[in-house]
Amino acid sequence: MRLRAGDVLHFAWGALHGYPSRALLMLLAMSIGVASVVMLTALGEGARLYVQGEFASLGSNLLIVIPGRSETAGFNPSTLMGETPRDLTLEDAAALRRSHLVRRVSPLNIGSAEISRQGRVRDTVIMGGTAELLQIRHWRIAQGRFLPAGRWNRARPVAVIGRHVKEELFGAEPAVGQWLRIGDRRFRVIGVLESEGRSIGVDVQDVAIIPAASAQQLFNTRSLFRILVESRSRAAIAPTRKFIVDTLQTRHQGVKDVTVITQDAVLATFDRILGALTYAVGGIAAISLMVAGILIMNVMLVAVSQRTAEIGLLKALGADRREILGLFVGEALLLSSLGAMAGLLLGEAGALILRQSFPELPAHAPLWAVLASLTVALVTGVLFSLLPARRAANLDPVAALSGR
Amino acid sequence: MKPVIELRQVHRDFQVGDQVVHALDDVNLKIATGDYLSIMGPSGSGKSTLLNLIGLLDRASSGQYILDGRDVTSLSDGEQAVIRNRSIGFVFQAFHLVPRLTAAENVELPLMLAGMPLHERRSRVAKSLEALHLADRAQHKPDQLSGGQRQRVAIARATIMEPAVLLADEPTGNLDHRSGMDVVEILETLNARGITLIVVTHDAELGRRARRRLHMLDGRIHVEQGATV
Repeated sequence: MRLRAGDVLHFAWGALHGYPSRALLMLLAMSIGVASVVMLTALGEGARLYVQGEFASLGSNLLIVIPGRSETAGFNPSTLMGETPRDLTLEDAAALRRSHLVRRVSPLNIGSAEISRQGRVRDTVIMGGTAELLQIRHWRIAQGRFLPAGRWNRARPVAVIGRHVKEELFGAEPAVGQWLRIGDRRFRVIGVLESEGRSIGVDVQDVAIIPAASAQQLFNTRSLFRILVESRSRAAIAPTRKFIVDTLQTRHQGVKDVTVITQDAVLATFDRILGALTYAVGGIAAISLMVAGILIMNVMLVAVSQRTAEIGLLKALGADRREILGLFVGEALLLSSLGAMAGLLLGEAGALILRQSFPELPAHAPLWAVLASLTVALVTGVLFSLLPARRAANLDPVAALSGR
Repeated sequence: MKPVIELRQVHRDFQVGDQVVHALDDVNLKIATGDYLSIMGPSGSGKSTLLNLIGLLDRASSGQYILDGRDVTSLSDGEQAVIRNRSIGFVFQAFHLVPRLTAAENVELPLMLAGMPLHERRSRVAKSLEALHLADRAQHKPDQLSGGQRQRVAIARATIMEPAVLLADEPTGNLDHRSGMDVVEILETLNARGITLIVVTHDAELGRRARRRLHMLDGRIHVEQGATV
């Protein structure tokens, strides 16, 4: 091919100028395709990072002990007897402190109760915990202090409340030191939580936290909802898990009847789900790129039949098959790269708007998605122009020149 | 003198439905360098087929075509394209200018296809347009030009590569008499400078101007008048 690349582009540019509405339509299709890939993957990636951030705020060395076993391991008399699993108790939780692997432990009870003061009443989520819950959950105290350390089985009548609860019950008055009523018991407010955000689906501004033993009395139960364990380090998570399972098995007469989930595992699961979601929306958006490719093919086919005489002329002037092919593929390539660039700008602009409208959602399109969408745009542009370009290249010059 | 074009027992058959049409039927022809030849005959006599074949836009079904001492009968598409680019110029009845390109850009096309550097092209195009009194029309699009001007642009384009052979298919067919005569005179001037000129025409007056005249009928050279140079 003697034709210069610069000439191909110049010629293609001229051809696009010659049919502006057609060129604009193709640009639009291509840019919408690329923009949707960029924006949708940005959205997916943003969601993934958002969830990751939420989990990180929970503490990443966290292990959660849940009563009951989600899988069957070997023969177990309890499976035969249809026995319900043993409850987790405060003593179980206390036993988990006896390891150097464990940094903090807090039993957890959750329930709902009416909380009232001087005629103001609201339904509130009540959490029963211990002093270490504060650090395990990475919460901060705004006023007063958190639950006191000390013997867990002492049911002290003290409560730490979230900000909404404080505002609704006390308004602008100081709450610390005041009494309120939870269910039919009286509690003295010793602190107000500063933290915002959610934790296991509960807004921490809407909770009241009381000692675990008090919560057991309040809800009239001996069992715990969860035990939260924080291991010394990330590396200690696996041995800690083994320690928990072994200790509780011993305490429960040799029956493995608890499930331990790690923060890591939950995070990894979410990561996988959201990662897959990102790929999925990216894939769906890529279909629009394919559609754009088909549109390019269609329009190029029309271009070839409109410019038959021109193709015949170029052949008479000394263009061979490959040069005609090059001219038409070059035109498609120019179109799709312009479209892809416009789409990239559009998509990034969209992601920027998303980020500004929802600051908590870090919607950045991942690099792979940007590169993939650009590549797919160019490849579809070339692939789908090959058929029309081949048709042009194979035109019989005599027939083409006579307009047949 | 050695012929620039030599056709030996050339046949060109077309399949039309279940019938075979012999567009060219055993044509033998030698054309010397610098010849001025007209090909006349009724529609369907094979004169355009002959011209297309000489111009390497079409291939013979059988026979041999020797151009400038080289057998070009069975050259590849790419090789034939190179010959069309360098050795053959075409002038068409319908001008065939690319409408979106200016006169200068139209003339530049063969140079672009030859891969010539840009600055060299510009000066050659300017010279060629100058010679055909089109310098002030260089930046005009074809639809801003008269018929005669368009055909002169086409001639500039056909001759920009300084080909050995110039093929004109009804070059005055779309022109009024005066512009037609202008165009004919330009072609004849080029011929006088040494280019081999072959004109296909219906127009008996135009045909008579050639030194050598072929009359075709049913794919054969029916009558030949005039002598080889």
